Amino acid sequence: MTVSPQPDERELLEAFESTIDRNDRIEPRDWMPEGYRKTLVRQIAQHAHSEIIGMQPEGNWITRAPSLRRKAILLAKVQDEAGHGLYLYSACETLGTSRTELTEKLIAGAQKYSSIFNYPTLSYADVGTIGWLVDGAAICNQVPLCRTSFGPYGRAMIRVCKEESFHQRQGYELLMTMMRGTDEQRAMVQESVDRFWWPSLMMFGPPDDDSPNTAQSMAWGIKRNTNDDLRQRFVDMTVPQAKALGVTLPDPDLVWNEERRAHDFGTPDWAEFQQVIKGNGPCNAQRIAHRRKAHEDGAWVREAAMAFAARTHEPEETTHDR
Amino acid sequence: MTDEQPSVRAEWPLYEVFVRGKRGLNHVHVGSLHAADDQMAVRHARDVYTRRNEGVSIWVVRADLITASSPDEKDPLFAPSGDKVYRHPTFYAIPADVPHM
Repeated sequence: MTVSPQPDERELLEAFESTIDRNDRIEPRDWMPEGYRKTLVRQIAQHAHSEIIGMQPEGNWITRAPSLRRKAILLAKVQDEAGHGLYLYSACETLGTSRTELTEKLIAGAQKYSSIFNYPTLSYADVGTIGWLVDGAAICNQVPLCRTSFGPYGRAMIRVCKEESFHQRQGYELLMTMMRGTDEQRAMVQESVDRFWWPSLMMFGPPDDDSPNTAQSMAWGIKRNTNDDLRQRFVDMTVPQAKALGVTLPDPDLVWNEERRAHDFGTPDWAEFQQVIKGNGPCNAQRIAHRRKAHEDGAWVREAAMAFAARTHEPEETTHDR
Repeated sequence: MTDEQPSVRAEWPLYEVFVRGKRGLNHVHVGSLHAADDQMAVRHARDVYTRRNEGVSIWVVRADLITASSPDEKDPLFAPSGDKVYRHPTFYAIPADVPHM
């Protein structure tokens, strides 16, 4: 944001702020402060990258799905994640960036994606746990974003949220099926939940007192809730689901607080979170290397399609010139 | 990015996508996507925007072919309709006991 706006910029800023104050939406061709644009590009790009990288942990299991039914479901789910990435890149492009530029920043490590996708998927139960906990946490984050102040972002989130419910339910149903199985299968579910619980809580970002951008993002209507609020909401939603499933959430401090009408719970390992964000998680290098390889291996396809399009349009253009 | 000449290495052009949700409804703008040509844009639109029977018809148009009003001229452009309240039915007072009005 400019420190001392020029008179006409001051007017533009007032118009922008009154739109926000009316709880109206900002649209791409509206004037907006540079900081607002930058914050949105960073957040939407990070969100889009998360969807695209998020295909990898589960895509890992498509060829080893235990039945044709599970395989069809998992394929549809991973395809949805690609679609969600594309909705979000499309929203981000309305801010004057391009998908190519964003992809290049991702594979150069210049833009981030959700820390959760840097954890490995070690068993098929992880497919269920990701649907239940990871997509459940994503829903908690994304539902309020349907009302975000930037129109294209909110509209993309509405599409994403509609589809996300399928993701969570297929995951929970998968885990329920395993819980009705053998002791070994039940142990697989518990082991998977033990690994994913804390990383899922970290998905909401650092605690509020360590989240310097939150206040400005909320003033601009980009974010509607703080990280800690959403984390609390997620814990309160998930506890009864865990009980119904018959698994234990791995937190000895997790207890209902009658006074607060909410659950108290332990503190995630923020040092681990910072390490994963910095690129030192279990799978960071693998995820980016895979994305880069897919991008580079696909170059000839993109170029061939462009060459074909150019050739098929040639005769038409010649006629036009005459 | 902007100084890139059109070539096979350039990014596929941007298309805006409009979907008719069902018969009887208008096509509605749903988002955008990149495709090498018009046919590919329709196929990609099907895969990206209608995976769950959201549409019975798709329009795609190159984004750079769209002409739009500018937010800067918003006031003058829409001003002509601003002071014509008589174009609205509520402008006319009709007694409440007159039926079917």
